[in-house]
Amino acid sequence: MSMNRREFLQVMAVAAAGGMSLHSEFALAEKGAAKLYDLPKFGNVSLLHITDCHAQLLPIYFREPNVNLGFGDQFGKVPHLVGANLLKHFGFKPNSIEAHAYTYLNFEKAAETYGKVGGFAHLATLVKRMKANRPGALLLDGGDTWQGSGTALWSNAQDMVDACKALGVNVMTLHWESTYGEARVKEIEEKDFAGQIDIVAQNVKTADFGDAVFKPFVMKKMNGVPVAIIGQAFPYTPIANPRWQTPNWSFGIQEENMQKTVDEARAAGAQVVVVLSHNGMDVDLKMASRVKGIDAILGGHTHDGMPAPVAVKNAGGQTLVTNAGSNGKYLGVLDFDVRNGKIADFRYKLLPVFANLLPADKDMQTLIDKARAPYLSKLNEKLAVTEGTLYRRGNFNGTFDQLILDSLMKVKDAEIAFSPGFRWGTSLLPGQPILMEHVLDQTAITYPWTTVTNMSGEMIKTVLEDVCDNLFNPDPYYQQGGDMVRVGGLQWTCDPTGKMGGRIQNMMLKGKPIDPAKTYKVAGWAPVSEEAKNSGAPIWDVVAEYLRDIKTVKPINLNLPTLKGAANNPGMA
Amino acid sequence: MNNQRRNVLKTGSGAALLSVLAAAGIITPGMALADWNKAAFDAKSMADTLKAIGAGTPVDSKDVQVTGPDIAENGAVVPVGVSSTLPNVTMVAILIEKNPNALAASFTLPEGTEASVQTRVKMGQTSNVYALVKSDGKFFMATKEIKVTLGGCGG
Repeated sequence: MSMNRREFLQVMAVAAAGGMSLHSEFALAEKGAAKLYDLPKFGNVSLLHITDCHAQLLPIYFREPNVNLGFGDQFGKVPHLVGANLLKHFGFKPNSIEAHAYTYLNFEKAAETYGKVGGFAHLATLVKRMKANRPGALLLDGGDTWQGSGTALWSNAQDMVDACKALGVNVMTLHWESTYGEARVKEIEEKDFAGQIDIVAQNVKTADFGDAVFKPFVMKKMNGVPVAIIGQAFPYTPIANPRWQTPNWSFGIQEENMQKTVDEARAAGAQVVVVLSHNGMDVDLKMASRVKGIDAILGGHTHDGMPAPVAVKNAGGQTLVTNAGSNGKYLGVLDFDVRNGKIADFRYKLLPVFANLLPADKDMQTLIDKARAPYLSKLNEKLAVTEGTLYRRGNFNGTFDQLILDSLMKVKDAEIAFSPGFRWGTSLLPGQPILMEHVLDQTAITYPWTTVTNMSGEMIKTVLEDVCDNLFNPDPYYQQGGDMVRVGGLQWTCDPTGKMGGRIQNMMLKGKPIDPAKTYKVAGWAPVSEEAKNSGAPIWDVVAEYLRDIKTVKPINLNLPTLKGAANNPGMA
Repeated sequence: MNNQRRNVLKTGSGAALLSVLAAAGIITPGMALADWNKAAFDAKSMADTLKAIGAGTPVDSKDVQVTGPDIAENGAVVPVGVSSTLPNVTMVAILIEKNPNALAASFTLPEGTEASVQTRVKMGQTSNVYALVKSDGKFFMATKEIKVTLGGCGG
């Protein structure tokens, strides 16, 4: 049986009329909502933080991962905790609204009960509410804001630029923004954002002379307290994304320059120094242990919705490290009590944005509706109905990624398929129709071309080893923050604790070992090399073609590697 | 960004700029070739290179710093720098362990020169990058791993 969401709700409404209590949990949640969002004013410096919304202007469903492994120094540490382990660490009760906000547990039922999350109109209401009793509070945007939806792609990021201005963002840093190209980023900075939003990045320099491309930091006075916001853009933008999109910009972690920038900000009188970072949480934690004088790193990139900060000790004292999740699901609120030029105390809360518990801000909703209007017929094309949950997040595979792999193998007639381990992409519940918009939520990038490559068995191993090292290199500075490339067709074993070259084992295709010398037909998408521009149809067209053909997506079997050394890892459920 | 300097350099003649530098005594003709050690640049392995330089077994030193990206943005042009606070540095060399010829650059420093050099090296694969420094006639070394990846699949 396949039922869409509307049909499902109608059936349930009939059941409710028959005396079944449908929304009892939700009613409780609604009562608790006031408590959820009742955050008393604290101190005199307040920073509101959003990150990695990936252009999701409307409320969506988003399933948190059940695989987020950490090894070595990162074993069992934040953010490498999932499900019950995460609840236990942060002290939340199973089946609570918080359990749904921060974990995948009981996802389908809880999503039906509590409804969608995020949405800029609902976020706007929450931002206004926080600002109401926090005079002078700044809204910081950690980046990955302009990419992740059809409307952002088609409007060349304009819908998100306008929405961020309306939301009242003060300072932002970058990652996927750069995939619109250097000229577009600078145009937005110099025209749209002028006088309103500062783009900061201490680690983006010109490739020739090493000149700063953006302001390294901005100083803002809040209730008389000078606060420095230093920007840290995603260090590996020209590696993880196409270098031809930012040919004149050089990135990198630039730890020494970070220290120099912190020292400059302090010398200029900053009493609070905060880094708005797109490093990813493991990189932020390492940086916090090595750079002195940062009070807090407000982080993103790895999409870890962490309810509490990690306090990292270093030679200069202590640095708080937070990570505020993704897809508009959360608003981070960091309050400092600054007395006599020093931070006396702080409070932090990562507020989940439940669309049903926060009324939509009318002005923002109008702006969103207007931005979407020209594209509605394209976005709303119904391609198929899903019988199971579709999601992406997780170290090795997600059902939506499997669907993309299946599409690639079928449409491109390939025996093996690769799909990038992106961490963005929304979720769909059983019975929901798959609209073109949902496919674009997983695929809308500026280099969407599909590829078909004849690859030797040896090359396949090289590719997998290379990506696996980006995820599991024991030194966070060598990690890039995505998940493992998704693999279709090929069975394999992964030992994340192995060394580079030894993590990928037992590669098999249809029961036969992969021959290093033999050639295999491999389909993929999102090529980073300039030569691969326009190599094949955009991935969304390939997936749409597949979905129109099959009409119903049966519950999906994930092609997962056999994992070694991951039993009893608190980052796996 | 210093657009003025950028434009001057873009529009100005490269040859004219070089002659200005030469006139100022910053570079002199023949300087680059004065100490060319053919055997060292032709050597394949780290061990053979060190032998050709006459470096013996260099001592690891905290007073030698190698700077460079953790992951190269482009293996064809990887920015690498070496600096040292050791006294009387007369030579700085950069060795890439996994390159076909390990020695990528060798700098001869005239007396009184600050030991700080910057260059671009080519790397075909992830490798340890060694900085070799000759101070008071003795050799010291420091290392940093620079990763070269296929790219893609991030974020």
